[in-house]
Amino acid sequence: MTRYVSILLTFARACLVRDMTFRANFVLECVTSLGWMAMNLAFYLLVFTFTPEIGLGTGWTKAPFFAFVATGMIINSIVQALFMPSAEELTEMVRTGGLDGILVQPLDAQFLVSMHRIDFSAFANGLVGVGLLAWAIPRLPQPPHPVAILLYPLLIACGVAILYSLVIMLAAATIHLGRNQSLYDFWFYLTNFSRYPAEIYSGPWGGPLRALCTFVIPILLVVNVPARVIAQPLTGQGGMMVAGTVFAAAAALVISRWVFQSALSKYRSASS
Amino acid sequence: MTAAASDPAPSGFLARRRLGLRVWWTMLVICLEERLVYRGDFVLGTLMRFLPIVTQVFLWTAVFGATSSGSIAGYSRNDIVAYYLLTMVSRAFSSMPGLASGIARSIRDGSIKKYLVQPVDYVGYLLAARIAHKLVYYAVATLPFAGVFLFCRDYFPSIPDWTTLGAFTLSLVLSFLLGFFMEATLGMLGFWFLEVSSIVFAYMLVQYMLSGHMFPLDMLRDIPTGVAGVSVADVVRFLPFEYTAYFPAAVWLGKVQGAELVRSLVVEAAWVGVMIVACRIAWWRGTRRYSAFGG
Repeated sequence: MTRYVSILLTFARACLVRDMTFRANFVLECVTSLGWMAMNLAFYLLVFTFTPEIGLGTGWTKAPFFAFVATGMIINSIVQALFMPSAEELTEMVRTGGLDGILVQPLDAQFLVSMHRIDFSAFANGLVGVGLLAWAIPRLPQPPHPVAILLYPLLIACGVAILYSLVIMLAAATIHLGRNQSLYDFWFYLTNFSRYPAEIYSGPWGGPLRALCTFVIPILLVVNVPARVIAQPLTGQGGMMVAGTVFAAAAALVISRWVFQSALSKYRSASS
Repeated sequence: MTAAASDPAPSGFLARRRLGLRVWWTMLVICLEERLVYRGDFVLGTLMRFLPIVTQVFLWTAVFGATSSGSIAGYSRNDIVAYYLLTMVSRAFSSMPGLASGIARSIRDGSIKKYLVQPVDYVGYLLAARIAHKLVYYAVATLPFAGVFLFCRDYFPSIPDWTTLGAFTLSLVLSFLLGFFMEATLGMLGFWFLEVSSIVFAYMLVQYMLSGHMFPLDMLRDIPTGVAGVSVADVVRFLPFEYTAYFPAAVWLGKVQGAELVRSLVVEAAWVGVMIVACRIAWWRGTRRYSAFGG
């Protein structure tokens, strides 16, 4: 384990050195990434000029909703920084045979495939998320319970683990398909469902969709549970929700590991 | 292409036009075949574009559920859903994924020089390639589009009259041309900056927000700019972006009618003219400062 941490730190150092070599580009990437966030926040502000809350009686008024958005920004920035750049490279690696070089290394292939490249500029969104959370918390109708504050980092980690598992499973699909340029798009569109409170998915179509995105692909647990714990009062169902999220994260990691290993066993080198 | 190239040089205006059309047609066919090579990936990408609409429908349903008003900026809940679906159609015409970055890349890596020595108009080639891309896209997307629209038919008002349908079709064709020439002009900036990815991203951000893709632009009517009597919507109306998403959808929904409809179509056509000229000037000036080395 210590060996892997040391290697991860080496990767991180190398990526940081590369980013700092092209400082202007790094700053530009941070700015454009923040621009995208600012645009989304402007849209939410516009929505709140027409309504006091998202969904009648849901409790997602302005401050709690922005705590929700902040939570999503923090989780997504971690995934975007740590895992997405490497997973995206896998598509080309499979097509060109570059994956062979990874498989012959005396290290775990999943570790190398998912963590060898770190995009530090993606952390900019996470920092904005922390700032937004700091703005939202004092404005919440009820201050967060101390237990909720303790649980929040754990649930953030669970959200990251669920998204990581999803990324790994999508990346594994690349091995089967040979080419999967839509990987990033698919990930973006799928995680789009987690960008709003689960309560909006109601009615004859919303109910089944919510159940699907909670119990089958637990994408709705990623942001909803940590955001609810910090932004809304803890109720009797809170314990079940937290336990369910921890279980879902652990199960997602195990399943994605199995999917990746079985995909690797089907890999046929494309190189000569 | 081979047949056209082996012909003796044509004389006369009509013969030259005929040759030009044949070359253009050949380019279109080649591009169509190219697009169909990775059709599985293409179909997957097309179908996935409907997913964000689902969340938007649920979001606005929740917003309308929480507000006592049955209308937001003149849109009912059904109008909003219909609007988002119609902007999908607008964007299917006006969005040009990879066009600007592709032009900039070919400038940077030097592959653009083959168009400088061949008797092929580069902008014409790009236009043919883009039409081919769109034709394949429509062929793939027509069925899911029809399915989604049929499924959501209750959200739409009754089918508009023939005049509105004609105006809607015209606005879509113009939005295709506007989107193409705006992005092509942006890509030509590669002659001056080489790397334009940040400029393209900034353009995409502005375009996404101000085109009405994100929300109906009428919602900006009550947002002040700081200047008395001028709202953000008034400022946005002076820009070409609304014609790439908002305008065709607004035409279908009857939000723009009569003289205002004619005026808007004329303005859209004028924007297309402006962008064609801008693209040609950028190409003409760019190729004069361009230099390539090596084989």
